[in-house]
Amino acid sequence: MKQPADVDLSITLCGVRLPNPFVLASGILGTSETLLEKAARLGAGAVTAKSAGLHPRAGHENPIVVDWGGGLINAVGLPNPGAHREAEVLAEAKARLAPLGVPLIASIFGGTPEEFAEVARIVLAARPDILEVNISCPNVHDEYGEPFAASCAGAVSVVEAVRPLCPIPLFVKLAPNVPNVGRIAADVVAAGADGITAINTMPGMVIDVESGRPVLTNRSGGLSGPALKPIAVRCVYEIAQAVPDVPIIGTGGVTTGNDAAEMIMAGATAVGVGSAVYYRGLDLFRPLCEELAAVVRHHGAKRVEQLRGLAHRSHGVPWKENKL
Amino acid sequence: MKASDFHVPVACAPRLRPEGPYGLLPRALPIREVCRENYRILTFVLDDDLPEARPGQFVMVWLPGHKEAPFSLAYHRPIALTVAGVGPLTKAMHRLGPGDVLWLRGPYGHPFTPESGSQHPLLVGGGYGVAPLAFLAEHLRAVGQQPVAFIGGRTAEDIIGVARLEALGVPVFVTTEDGSKGEAGLVTHPVSRFLAEGRGDALYGVGPHGMLRALARLAHTHRVPAQLSWEAYMGCAMGLCGMCEHDGVLLCVEGPVRRVIP
Repeated sequence: MKQPADVDLSITLCGVRLPNPFVLASGILGTSETLLEKAARLGAGAVTAKSAGLHPRAGHENPIVVDWGGGLINAVGLPNPGAHREAEVLAEAKARLAPLGVPLIASIFGGTPEEFAEVARIVLAARPDILEVNISCPNVHDEYGEPFAASCAGAVSVVEAVRPLCPIPLFVKLAPNVPNVGRIAADVVAAGADGITAINTMPGMVIDVESGRPVLTNRSGGLSGPALKPIAVRCVYEIAQAVPDVPIIGTGGVTTGNDAAEMIMAGATAVGVGSAVYYRGLDLFRPLCEELAAVVRHHGAKRVEQLRGLAHRSHGVPWKENKL
Repeated sequence: MKASDFHVPVACAPRLRPEGPYGLLPRALPIREVCRENYRILTFVLDDDLPEARPGQFVMVWLPGHKEAPFSLAYHRPIALTVAGVGPLTKAMHRLGPGDVLWLRGPYGHPFTPESGSQHPLLVGGGYGVAPLAFLAEHLRAVGQQPVAFIGGRTAEDIIGVARLEALGVPVFVTTEDGSKGEAGLVTHPVSRFLAEGRGDALYGVGPHGMLRALARLAHTHRVPAQLSWEAYMGCAMGLCGMCEHDGVLLCVEGPVRRVIP
C-alpha cells in the first residue's frame, strides 16, 4: 500500500516484514480467505485468521457480542471449521496475500498441549508466515477449563509441545488477568516462543437489569475496545521489561494512531486491531497509518521503530529531553 | 444525563437504560399491539420510536433465555416488526402479547436510499419479505416518487401487507404460485412485463435469494438500478464476526441492502 512518504511505518517480526504495524487481530473477520484478503487490500500490515481447533465447532448462540458503552463484550465461543478445513482456508488466503506483501498469521487453540501440537501440524501445511497459539480465550471455560495462559506451567506446556514442529516464528497470545504477565512472557520465551501477542480480552459480565440475566448467552465474556487499552498498554510495558528483545504484537483497545503510538512506546513492535473495526469500519487501516505517521513526524522521527519502548526511558522522547 | 435519571421507579423499568453514552445494549421495549397478518405471521408494534432508522435497516431482537436474531424494520415510528413463527425464538415471540417486552439493539445495516432520477420505482416483496415495503414506499413517496408494489407468495394465505401499501395510495399487484389470488406464477413475471413496457425505472426487492437473483438479472437486462435486501443469519451485527458473509460481503454492515448498478 501507499505509505506516508516521509515516514517509514514498516516493521519486521522475527524476519517477517510488515508494510505497517497494524495487524488484524484474531477473531475479527478472519473466517474466510475472502475476508482476510479484503482486510489486506484495505491496508492491514498483517492479518490473523480466526483461531482454529482440531474439530469443527459451532460456537455460542446469540447474543455473542454487545456494545456496553466503554467497549464491547463478546463470547463468540471459537466457532471454526476444524483444523483440516482451516488449513485449506489458510492456503488459499496465503496465495491471495502473497502478491500483496501482507503476511498471514495462523491462530490455533486446543484442549491439551498434544492437541495444540496436532492442530499446529495440520495448519502449518498451509505455510502461514507466523503461528500464534491462542492459550487465553476466556470464553470456553465450561469445556476447556482454566486457560493455559493462567499459569507459567500451563503456558510453557503448550510452547514445549508446539515448538519442535514449528519452523516459522511462534507467537503466544497471553491473557491480561494474571498476577505477573511479564513472568509468563519470560517463561514462554525461555521455552522457545519467538514473540508475544498481548493481550486477549479481559473477562467480564454485563447483566440486563430488566430481565436480571447476563446479556451474553455464555453469561460471561471478554471485554475489548477502549476500556481495554490501558490494561493492554500496561501488560505490554511489563512484557517488554521482562523480555526486551522479543517482538510484541500489542493488542487491546487500539482505535486511533495515538493509541497505537502508546502501544509502541510501551514496547510493542506491531499493533493488533480488533474492536476498532466496529468503531471505525474495515477501511480503518489507512487512516490509522496516517495518524501513526503524524505521531512519528511530530516527534521528529523517520521510522516508527524509533518510538518503540520510549516509555521505558527515564525521560520519554530522548531528543526532547532538553526541552522539558 | 443527571444522576437522578438512574433512580426511576420500577414501573418505568423498560426505560432503565438511558440513551446516550451507554452503548447499544439490548433495550427492553414493551409491546403495544400485536396484529395478525396471516396463519403464521404477526406484526409487533412496540412502545417506542427509532426516528433515525431507515427502511431496509434491521434490529437485533433478544428474548432472554432464547436466542437473538435480526429482523427488518416494518416501521420506525412506532417500531414495528413483522415476524413469521418459524423457529424457537420466533415461536416464543408469538406467545407474547401487549404489555410483554422485547429486547432490541440497533438499528443496523445499510438501508434503501431513493434512486435519484427515478419516478416510477417498482417495489417487489416475496413471502414475509414484504415487511419493509410499506415503510420504503412511504419514504419514496415523500421524495415525490410514485412507487408500484408487487407481492408474491405461494397461496392467497401467504399474501400480506397489501392493505398498508394501498392505504399509502400505492398500486399493488399480487401473484401466487397456485393462482389462488391475483396472477398465477412468480412475482418476477409482472415485474418483467412492467420493465419491458417502460413502466418502471428502478427496482427494490426483499425476499428469497432466488427472487433477488432474478431481479438482479431483470435490472441488468432492462438497464435500471436495483437495490436488493439479502437476508442472512447475523451474529454480532457489527461487522466483526464474519458470520453474515455472502460472497465476500459482510451483510450486516455492507448490506443487507446492496445496490446493483445497471
